[in-house]
Parts: sequence; structure tokens; C-alpha cells
Amino acid sequence: MNIDYDIALTHIITRKKQTLIASLGVTIGVAIYLFMNSLSAGFTKYSRDEIFKNNAHLKVFKDDEYCKPLNKDTSTLNIIVNPQITTTTKNIINPNNLLTQIKQQNFITNAIAQVDLTVFYNMGKTQIKGSSSGVNILEYNAMFNNEKYLVGGSLSALQSNLNGIIIGKGIAEKLSLKLNSNVTISSSYGVVKVLRVVGIFESGNGFNDNSKSFINIATAQQFLKEGPAYITTIYANTLNADIADTYAQQLQPITNYKVEDWKTTNADLLAGDKTRNAMMGAISLSILFIAAFGIYNILSSTIVQKINDIAILKAIGFSGKDVIRIFVSEALIMGLIGTLFGLVFASVLITLMANIYMGGPVGYFPIYFKADLFIQSFILGMLLTLFAGYFPARKAANVDPVSILRK
Amino acid sequence: MQSNTKQLVLSTNKLSKYFYDPVKFKVLEEVSFNAYKGEFLTLVGKSGSGKSTLLYCLSTMDTDYNGELTILEQKVTGKNQTQLAHIRNEHIGFVFQFHYLLPEFTCLKNVMIPALKLGKYSKQEIEERAYHKLEILGLKDQALKPASKLSGGQQQRIAIARALINDPAIIMGDEPTGNLDSKNSENVFDIFKQLTQEFNQTIIAVTHDLDFAKASDRTIELADGRII
Repeated sequence: MNIDYDIALTHIITRKKQTLIASLGVTIGVAIYLFMNSLSAGFTKYSRDEIFKNNAHLKVFKDDEYCKPLNKDTSTLNIIVNPQITTTTKNIINPNNLLTQIKQQNFITNAIAQVDLTVFYNMGKTQIKGSSSGVNILEYNAMFNNEKYLVGGSLSALQSNLNGIIIGKGIAEKLSLKLNSNVTISSSYGVVKVLRVVGIFESGNGFNDNSKSFINIATAQQFLKEGPAYITTIYANTLNADIADTYAQQLQPITNYKVEDWKTTNADLLAGDKTRNAMMGAISLSILFIAAFGIYNILSSTIVQKINDIAILKAIGFSGKDVIRIFVSEALIMGLIGTLFGLVFASVLITLMANIYMGGPVGYFPIYFKADLFIQSFILGMLLTLFAGYFPARKAANVDPVSILRK
Repeated sequence: MQSNTKQLVLSTNKLSKYFYDPVKFKVLEEVSFNAYKGEFLTLVGKSGSGKSTLLYCLSTMDTDYNGELTILEQKVTGKNQTQLAHIRNEHIGFVFQFHYLLPEFTCLKNVMIPALKLGKYSKQEIEERAYHKLEILGLKDQALKPASKLSGGQQQRIAIARALINDPAIIMGDEPTGNLDSKNSENVFDIFKQLTQEFNQTIIAVTHDLDFAKASDRTIELADGRII
């Protein structure tokens, strides 16, 4: 072993208390950093999951169009336009062809067609306004995994019954509906049907629970007085939700309809996520910095105490580089011990937190072990100790042995 | 003594040095002298005469001087700190008034450190050589004790063993007997004498002990930064 490391190790071993205190600082810093970032990642995942309850990665629909002047030349004429929405129907023309085309894209994992409509739930004199989605419920479940929110009935009951409906729990309570009750549904096109409640869901989202229902596509088309080719929206999932916006751009050329990614649809929620992540990151990083200052302090005082030793080492032939190596490796040893214990400590905290039951739709506290966060914390912990060690070490390297030894 | 061979080990040519704090002051004025192989040289002079300053210039640790310093036919003036550190490691041994042993290490390890730094021999060989040096100085039985557990005289001898481990051409001493009683001083003197005679090493020591200086081969006396 190189004599520099030998000396560093001896210093560390003979000064156990200081080593321990410096390491403890790093332990706490790294643990809090990792814990807070895991927490933040957990929250982000939770809010993503919330978003993906109702949103696919991509959504294809007919956007509203505005009338535009026929003459595009505005240099000679002043054109006064009264903008008006010119869209008469919201449906996608030849949806099956488009759906097949979308499914053929190699980045698309799953795509479904849907008919959205506004409906009224009637029971006696009580009427609730809401929205219904006409879907192939099993395909829909494959994308949104909504079976787990079902508190009564089953999805397959809807699949096999054209006169079936799955309603939110809020609607059921307001209209005193139970499983297998009949409910009168009317659409804005004047179509009225009596449907049988084959399922009740509770998603945890009050708005959905109080207004949303699922019916078969064919039933929805009947409510709108449309034929079997009538589709309002196509939802598609992609390989990677994080880059859904680029996929949206790739998908846009194959259709005239609007392709929108989930980030655009939920920009407000994502902005909240970003703010929280930035805040948590800043706080945890500051704590890590303070921990690094612990190492800086202890090493600085060690160097003051050992100034005679440094002088004699330089006299007997150790160069400035050797001195830097000695004290930087001391810092790194302390940092390594501290960081490793910090990772263990954070794991304990995460495990404890993950076992706290929050109740309701959240369930257990949303915090997870994420390997990349562990690696990131380790690298950051070591990097900061490297810096914290380097500056005092450089000071030691610049000690003038003559001024010490002549005393 | 060994003047028949007269092999040059260290020489200075018009070495001058200033102190700037608190006012500009010339400590050394064009000091030129030669030191030869196997010579026991002492630097004497009144306090403030510049003898210690001269020694630290010779040691290569102080580079802030004018003039030229040559060690073992190598011009030392103008080399960078890393090169100088290597020269000190290989060719110069130091004995100070205070022992400056590293308190965390055993006596043996203290002696071994300069050799481990030089890396010329394997660790095993270095350990054997360190034991041998300690034996010469009569401290073999103390080898595995921590350096801080020894008496002042013993510590100073350990420091001498450390200075000898790389068989340096020159051993420099800054008041090497300054902290020792007369018996231990005599002991150190005898060791130095033995080194020059048996191992042909050169000793340059600053002292204000006139008996010590008288008994050496040659004494250079400084006054106001000049050799007189």
C-alpha cells in the first residue's frame, strides 16, 4: 500500500471519535437527501397514477376549428372576421382505419376507441347531469386498470349486456341505486333508455364518482343517434410516458385530427409536481451541503493540530501532492463510511414510511425504493466529501515547513 | 580529515537572502562555501547571524534566495517543489532540535516512512534496514513502542535513525543537541562522528554549543549574514 494511504488510514484509526462525528454528519445528510427524494418520487408516482386513471399517454380527437378568411392576403385588404366555431360534428371519420394505423406505430403499446357523451341520470324526479363513456370495457380496463376501483358488480357483466351501465358511487348514493337496479338515462339528443346497474365504482375522485359512468360503445352510439362508425376519441398508450410529447409529434402527421399528450392536458398538475420536486431537492441538497461542511471543519482542525507532522513530512520528502492525497483520502474514507450508513438509514426510514397506512384511495404511503436515487445519493455524497476534503488538503499542501520547523 | 579525497557534496555560490517583514533586511550576504564528502561541518554564530536561515536554504525547503545552490553536482536552484521534495527524500536527512516524530506510529514505522516514500526497496527490506539503523543507535528493543512513549534522548535518536534510513549523502541538523542534556548530547555527537568516519556521510549542523562545534571537523562562523 502506498505510504500516503497508510498514513491517512492511521490518522483515521487513531482518531476514531472525530472520524465518527464527521461520518455521522454525512450519514444524516445522505439519509435525509435520499429519504426526501424517495418521498418526492413517491408523490410524483402517486400523482402520475392519479392522472393515468383518466388519461392515456396520447389522445386523438377532433379539435374545434374556427372560420378563417378565404383571402389570405392581408396587405391590400382589411378583413374583418367574426370568429366562429365551424365544427359541426365531433366525430372521427373512418375511425377503424385510423385506429389500425395508430396501433401499427412501433411506439404504441395499446389503443382504444371511445364515444364520449353528456347524459342525465334520472330516478323519479331527481336528475343528475353527468358524462358517460361508451367503451369496450375490457379493452378500457387493459389501459386504465379501472377494475380495482369497482366496489360492486363486474366488468364482464357490462361487456355481455348492451343495456348495462357502470356508475360512480356518488350517483348510486344520490339516486338510491343498488346493483341490478334500473336507472333511466337520457341524452341531449332526446334518446331515453332504461339501463341496469351492473357495477358501481369508487375512484377516490369525487367529481368522477358523482358524474361518470361507463356503457357499451353501441349503446353510446344509440344515445347519439349515430351508426357503428361513430367514434369521438382514440386513446393510446406508448412505451414511455415521459416522452409522450415527442410521440405525439410523431403521430400527428398520420392524421388530420388533434393529437394531444397527457402532459399538455395536465400541465397544471405537472407544474405542481415540478415545484414540489424542486423544493424538496433544494432542501435536501442544502442538508447534504451542511454535512459536507462537517467534514471540512473536522479536517481543517485536524490539519491545524497536525501542522508539525505535515511540516516534517514535507521536510523528509513528501510533496504537496502527497499531502493532498493523504487528507483527501481521509475525507473520502469518512465520506464512504458516512454515505454507506446514510443509505442504510434511509432504507430503514423508507421501509417504516412505506408501512404507514394512509387509508382511502391512497392506501399505503406512496414511497418506494428507487435504485437510481440510491446511486445518485451515493455519488453526490462522495462528490461533496471530495470537495469538502480537497480545500483543507490544499491548505495543508501549502504549509511552509520552514516557518514551522524553525520555531 | 577526508580532505585527501575532497569529493564535493554541496556548494553555494553567492547565496543572498532578504527578509521583508517588518522592513527589508539582508540576512545572508553572498555566502559561498563548499562541503565535502565525509565532512563534519558546524555552522555557528550569534543569534540573528543567519546560520539557521542559511541551513534552511541549503535544505532546499527555503527557495526564496539569490545565488546558486548545488547538491551532488546537481544545480538545485530553480527546481520545482516536487523535484526538491524528491531530492530531500533521497539525499538529505534532517535532525531538528525537536524530534518531530509522528505520534500515531511506532518508532519502527517512523523510521521506515522516508524509505517507504522513496520506494527503492521492498517493505520487507525497508523493515530490516530500519531495524539495522535502530540497532546502530541502540534502540532496537524500543522499535515497536509508540514514538510518544519514549524519553527525549531516545526520541532524538529515533529521529536520527529516520534521517539515516535512505543513506543520504548529507545530514542536516538544526541544533540537534539543543534539547538534550550533556550525556545525550555527547551521545549524538559520537553518532554523527561515526557517520562521517564509517559511512562517509556529510554532516552540516547549526549549533550554539561551542564544545560541539570545536570537536567537529570544520566550523563556519557567521556574523551579520557573512562568513568570517
